Amino acid sequence: MRALSYARAADTGTAIALVAGDREAAFLAGGTTEVDLARQQVLRPGLLVDINDLPLDGVEDQPDGGLRIGALARMSDVARAPAVLARFPVISQSLLLGASAQLRNMASMGGNLCQRVRCGYFRDVASPCNKRDPGSGCGAIDGMNRGHAILGVSGSCIATHPSDVAVALVALDAVVRTRGPGGERDIGIDDFFLLPGDTPDREHPLEHGELITAIDVPPAPVARRSVYLKFRDRQSYEFALASVAAAIRVEDGTVAEVRLALGGVGTKPWRARRAEAALLGQPAGQAGFTEAAEQELAQATARPQNAFKVELAQRAIVRALNTLTNGDAR
Amino acid sequence: MSADVVSQPAVRGPQAATVVLSVNGRERELRIEPRVSLLDALREHLGLTGSKKGCDQGTCGACTVWVDGRRVLACLTLAVTCEGREVTTIEGLSADGSLHPMQAAFVDRDAFQCGYCTPGQIMSAVALLTEGHAGDDAEIAEWMSGNICRCAAYPNIRAAIRDVRDAAGGAR
Repeated sequence: MRALSYARAADTGTAIALVAGDREAAFLAGGTTEVDLARQQVLRPGLLVDINDLPLDGVEDQPDGGLRIGALARMSDVARAPAVLARFPVISQSLLLGASAQLRNMASMGGNLCQRVRCGYFRDVASPCNKRDPGSGCGAIDGMNRGHAILGVSGSCIATHPSDVAVALVALDAVVRTRGPGGERDIGIDDFFLLPGDTPDREHPLEHGELITAIDVPPAPVARRSVYLKFRDRQSYEFALASVAAAIRVEDGTVAEVRLALGGVGTKPWRARRAEAALLGQPAGQAGFTEAAEQELAQATARPQNAFKVELAQRAIVRALNTLTNGDAR
Repeated sequence: MSADVVSQPAVRGPQAATVVLSVNGRERELRIEPRVSLLDALREHLGLTGSKKGCDQGTCGACTVWVDGRRVLACLTLAVTCEGREVTTIEGLSADGSLHPMQAAFVDRDAFQCGYCTPGQIMSAVALLTEGHAGDDAEIAEWMSGNICRCAAYPNIRAAIRDVRDAAGGAR
């Protein structure tokens, strides 16, 4: 790890000013990605500004039935918050199916959104990687890419976005609240995650020194009946090959409302808007679920090693919708 | 600018600086660089070699310790971030030199072979019972999945955890 300096900020304004004033500075929250990648020299911060003392760790009910999750709330605390369990079970489930108990105690919600990809070429400084070293090429496109993305890919990058909870938050139309040198702003979570395109090094629209302060989840009664399903190579402590966040409301046998998002298959947490459009107003059942899933995955760009993900994601969507409509949702 | 400077916190490093840690109830003063992990501070600077370095990248759980009573990974924690917090290691699990009930259960159940992952397993296992996630074997396996045992002593580890869970008086 490169030698670095450290400062612990007591208030948000100071933290932002410190990072904004130094091109080599970065915020430090749980550190589970940052310390790991700094040790690999994938990240090379010169100054870490510790924000763990900032009062941004609450999980608060909003008067409108929504939720405000502080950026420094830990994954483990959010997963067991009563309001999350009662009104947004998909958030709790997605958190508890990610990482390990130790990592969930450390990792912050804001940091979770900013976590870097697990692509082996990104993590290996000896390999070409357009995300780590723009213009150097992509080792994955013609390399080991079994775990890589099939949706939202570009000729520059096919790395899968690794977060689970971000998939749930995308399904729920969450809003990322930030504060930076230029003031505060709200970013819709689907706009927070950028497609790689020609600039895979740019993963989100945050400016240098701009800090996530909270994640707002708007009220969504449909989410009381929601589920997160995750499929992976081993049953625990592993990233998704495919995952689904789903919520659905059926009236008189017809889909009246539906939220679907995919993980493990996209370069960003993937809102399955084509499938949602195909489902709305149609009979709730196996045939319609299968048709919608196929429509969503019709836009996939697979490679020989990850082509299995097309069918896996389709089946995951159908399984999630069946789980919710058959009355055996958790 | 001067108003900003007044509120600026001290910047330490990149050279070694004084860091005060509270480990197992004792205040310890170290001279370390900010990039030093809690694991290296414990092992190399404080001589507390119970916490083990397995992967050094947050994958294996051998370095599991508690910070403010919560189980975390010492390899992904910078030591300087623990100032003002209480660090508990396997050496601090039992105060008077006797074995903690979980340590005794690991011995009784032969819950290890090489023993390298054991301190991390035990720190996780005790926390697991406090968290209330040891209802059945499946739940134990899920909530202990961050602690890898390459000797695969998992059935015996789960048996040790069950023993402590079910012990009269509900030892924590």
